[in-house]
Amino acid sequence: MRWLFALMLCWLPALGCAKEAPPVADDPVLEQRLMRLAKELRCLVCQNESLADSHAELATDLRDQIRDQMRAGRSDEQIKSWLTQRYGDFVLYRTPVKATTAMLWFGPFALLLAGLAGLVFYLRRRRARVSEPRLTPEERTRARALLQEPDPDAAGR
Amino acid sequence: MKSLRFILPLLVFVVLLMFLWVGLSLNPREVPSPLVGKPAPAFQLARLDDPAKTLADKDLRGQVWLLNVWASWCVSCMEEHPVLVELSKQGVVPVYGLNYKDQPAAAQQWLARNGDPYTLSMVDPDGKVGIDYGVYGVPETYVIDKAGVIRYKQIGPVTPKVLSEHILPLVKRLQAS
Repeated sequence: MRWLFALMLCWLPALGCAKEAPPVADDPVLEQRLMRLAKELRCLVCQNESLADSHAELATDLRDQIRDQMRAGRSDEQIKSWLTQRYGDFVLYRTPVKATTAMLWFGPFALLLAGLAGLVFYLRRRRARVSEPRLTPEERTRARALLQEPDPDAAGR
Repeated sequence: MKSLRFILPLLVFVVLLMFLWVGLSLNPREVPSPLVGKPAPAFQLARLDDPAKTLADKDLRGQVWLLNVWASWCVSCMEEHPVLVELSKQGVVPVYGLNYKDQPAAAQQWLARNGDPYTLSMVDPDGKVGIDYGVYGVPETYVIDKAGVIRYKQIGPVTPKVLSEHILPLVKRLQAS
């Protein structure tokens, strides 16, 4: 019985550190910078998640690579271009402004302008159509006479 | 002028329909690779059959070859595997395998069980070469020309249709040039 207890004691330290902690907090500043950058990057596996949030294995690998590059002193811009060389602009949540993305950036404003132009055109035409009808002199005197007549409803009151 | 009032909304509707038709039939999982038309990233990796030997991209210059990214844990790889085995029997184009984030023993077992269509397989244990090639989902297949330029990328399994309609015609054209 005693030797069993001794054996159990031998195992205790092994149980104490059963799993290695992930190497995250060794440089909190770098880790913060990594997370800030990774929030702007799209995970290619879970496409609606950022690289910061995703638990996909590829996202972990990419975060490790970005961490290594940050340690090597590369700038955020350099890391972004490293990623776009491999995965295209798709990884960036902020689409860069260039010829192929002009429609995306300016299309909505073009549509808005077209809509406004259409509205102005329509309103102008409508105003022209419903402009006040001209009265002939006879009609005018008749209208005046009608307006000056005492109101029958008011008289009855 | 009167007829315009009816034709114009119809026209707008048709244009909208066309946009939706094209937009909704696109597969958002297929991210177009910026590497198509660019030189294939360099690598030097251990061979699966003999880890003491390595294979580099330079060794494959001067021929048209396919790079197929696979793993024994990958379910869709099973789906395309018979297509690759059939292709290797025809001997039209060499297929090199990139064994992506796998255990070598499991990978070798998988090949023994399902057949080995690869001229050679290389081992990419931590997926670094995979990242260089823009791999984000296994399987993926690249067509690389004699000068070492990537000409085509297939995301997802190679089906007989993809092979006969895209890959093989392209391979023939590249081999002739």
